[in-house]
Amino acid sequence: MLRHHFAAAWVVARRDFCAVIFSKTFIFFLIGPLFPVFIGAMAGAIGAQVSRDLDTPVIGIAMPAQDGDKLVAARAGLAPKMAGFVPEYTVLARLEPGERFDARSVLASKGVKGAPQLAAVVTGTLEKPVLTATSERVDQWRGQVALIAAEAGSAGPRTYPDVTADKIATSAAKQHVDLAVTAQAGQVLLFLLTMLLAGMVLSNLVEEKANKIIEVLAASIPMDALFLGKLFAMLAVSLVGIAVWGSVYGALVMFGMKSIPLLATPAVGWSMFLLLGFLYFAMAYLLLGSLFLSIGGMATTVREVQTLSMPVTMMQLMVFFFASYALARPGTWIETASLVFPVSSPFAMLAQAAQSPVLWPHLVALVWQAVWVAVILRTGAQLFRRTVMKSGPARGRRSWFRRPAVAAAR
Amino acid sequence: MKIEPFAQFAGTHQLENPPSSPELAIEARGLVKRFDGFIAVDGVDISVPRGAIYGILGPNGAGKTTTLRMLLGIIDPDSGYRRVLGTERPTEVARRIGYLPEERGLYPAMKATEAIAFLAALRGVPLKEGRRRGRELLEQHGLGYAADRQIRQLSKGMAQQVQLLGTLVHEPDLVVFDEPFSGLDALNQGKLERMIRSLAERGTTVIFSTHVIAHAERLCDQIAIIAGGKVPFAGPVDAARDRLRPQVRLETRAQDGLWRAALPADARHEGRFWYFTLPESGVEPLLRALIEGDAGILSLSIERPGLHDAFVAIAGEAAARALEESAEQAPEPKGRR
Repeated sequence: MLRHHFAAAWVVARRDFCAVIFSKTFIFFLIGPLFPVFIGAMAGAIGAQVSRDLDTPVIGIAMPAQDGDKLVAARAGLAPKMAGFVPEYTVLARLEPGERFDARSVLASKGVKGAPQLAAVVTGTLEKPVLTATSERVDQWRGQVALIAAEAGSAGPRTYPDVTADKIATSAAKQHVDLAVTAQAGQVLLFLLTMLLAGMVLSNLVEEKANKIIEVLAASIPMDALFLGKLFAMLAVSLVGIAVWGSVYGALVMFGMKSIPLLATPAVGWSMFLLLGFLYFAMAYLLLGSLFLSIGGMATTVREVQTLSMPVTMMQLMVFFFASYALARPGTWIETASLVFPVSSPFAMLAQAAQSPVLWPHLVALVWQAVWVAVILRTGAQLFRRTVMKSGPARGRRSWFRRPAVAAAR
Repeated sequence: MKIEPFAQFAGTHQLENPPSSPELAIEARGLVKRFDGFIAVDGVDISVPRGAIYGILGPNGAGKTTTLRMLLGIIDPDSGYRRVLGTERPTEVARRIGYLPEERGLYPAMKATEAIAFLAALRGVPLKEGRRRGRELLEQHGLGYAADRQIRQLSKGMAQQVQLLGTLVHEPDLVVFDEPFSGLDALNQGKLERMIRSLAERGTTVIFSTHVIAHAERLCDQIAIIAGGKVPFAGPVDAARDRLRPQVRLETRAQDGLWRAALPADARHEGRFWYFTLPESGVEPLLRALIEGDAGILSLSIERPGLHDAFVAIAGEAAARALEESAEQAPEPKGRR
């Protein structure tokens, strides 16, 4: 009998998989995720250009001639040694003794010749410089200006000791942070993929209802075989999508596109981490998918499915936030709860794989998650059979939604 | 022991939980199904012999589809007993059953052959074999030219025929049709009737629901009439027809006279004819009275009631009884809100 179940699930899965893969719209499914990447890249490039154009501040110098030149020279000498951003210095005016300079007016006026991005003005002398700028800029540059002015005012060239570098690969604190970053990256990728793909399952039974083939299916095969087949078909479709996207990304990296920042090697090693990532994706997909299939099975129209999609997305977000929150609280009951709670378990366990080299908990977790997939599928199928495959009105509807009793039982 | 109101006409005693008979393809006793308090099916008893053509007749909303769905295991009864092809779990023998629901449907993007092969695969036939049988069936039924067309490219009638072939592709022992004639033109209705007969000739049990009595009268060995979720009659078609007394049509030369006293109370005069139910005493005493009363008989014919008349009478009685029962059970109105 179990053999018949799986055979029936296979028939349904094969039909659904072929129907999706060989449809004209599948190409849009494949290129869909490339749109945000393309738009993001465009927006990033434009933003960077704007930022370059607008956010390269310059400090103007209005001092006696020698002081101004010394200050510019000192800035040029010190800037490479200083961490962080050091603005360009440009001489606005070489003042004669007793000549005054109205820095406030210059900063208030638009388009100062030779310094369109003028953000501050240094006046006074090297011994007593005056920095005129907005409050934030003053706080930001006061120390820099003092240091550069001191350098400029010193009698001869200063020597700075050469610090011998003794670099270590990592520290315990850094390793902990790096692994947490890897864990979070894994969770984010898992979440993005499941959010992108598991939602498709929501509308999966609407086609059968709209085509009215559901009754033939219900009479021919067990309902849980139908659910199982549909779920695995969509998982296979998702894996095709991931394979294509992964290949495109790999090709782009190979042909010289910038790679993502390197992450710390997960505690279980990269190959095991990728294998577990694949398994946890499958489990997260099956868990959320079976839930969505059950919920979506109750919907009778595409409109109802659309209405359901928002709360379902929110639910996915909550699961992800829960798992992420638990990641930051190792050893607490919150972490344990996220590991045990079936829907968040794949996310939490992937984070564990990044941070702990122990493998046996993953086997337990995968079995636990598989059991829950079976439980949700079976419950969903039974619920579907009880509430949808009947002639009468749905349970719990208010009386004014009820069909007349005669029409209820054809 | 529970005896149905018209069981004597069916010539069968209907027992609760009877021993299963290998001669029966379907046995159902006391099937009950409620939907949110509304009783859709209320104690249905059905016995379908193997190899028979069995009709389930009933007005719209009588509970025919719900009964069929329970027999097929699509839904479970709230109470009662069912045995289909020797098992109480119909889903276990799904591969030996063909089912054509009232609401037909196939995947529109599938080609006709693929659709049949898919339906065959659901019943355990390998895909390749299903495709071969599908092509063969389409050829046999004059639809070979549509084998590689998508369902959405076929007319509604053709799509229905494709689904019908998909229902039979796995050569089932039991075929269940829910309103199979609806949506078919007269030619295709005739074709379907021939197909049902040939299935029965090959030993396949056919059970179908309909509210068009003529099909049942032409095809069925036995019928069950469902009205208000109950089965007021189950048995051979002739037994249902015998439920009503024959009707007499009389034409006389005389308009009035002593002979009028010989006419029963239900006699009605329409045009040149009198119509009435044949009295229980038979035709001879009636003839004698008419002759002695100088009626001047021009013509007299006795017509046996058709299944349609029997159905109207039986279903009408049941509906009236159900109405009475529901009126008795209804709570007193509390006044308008």
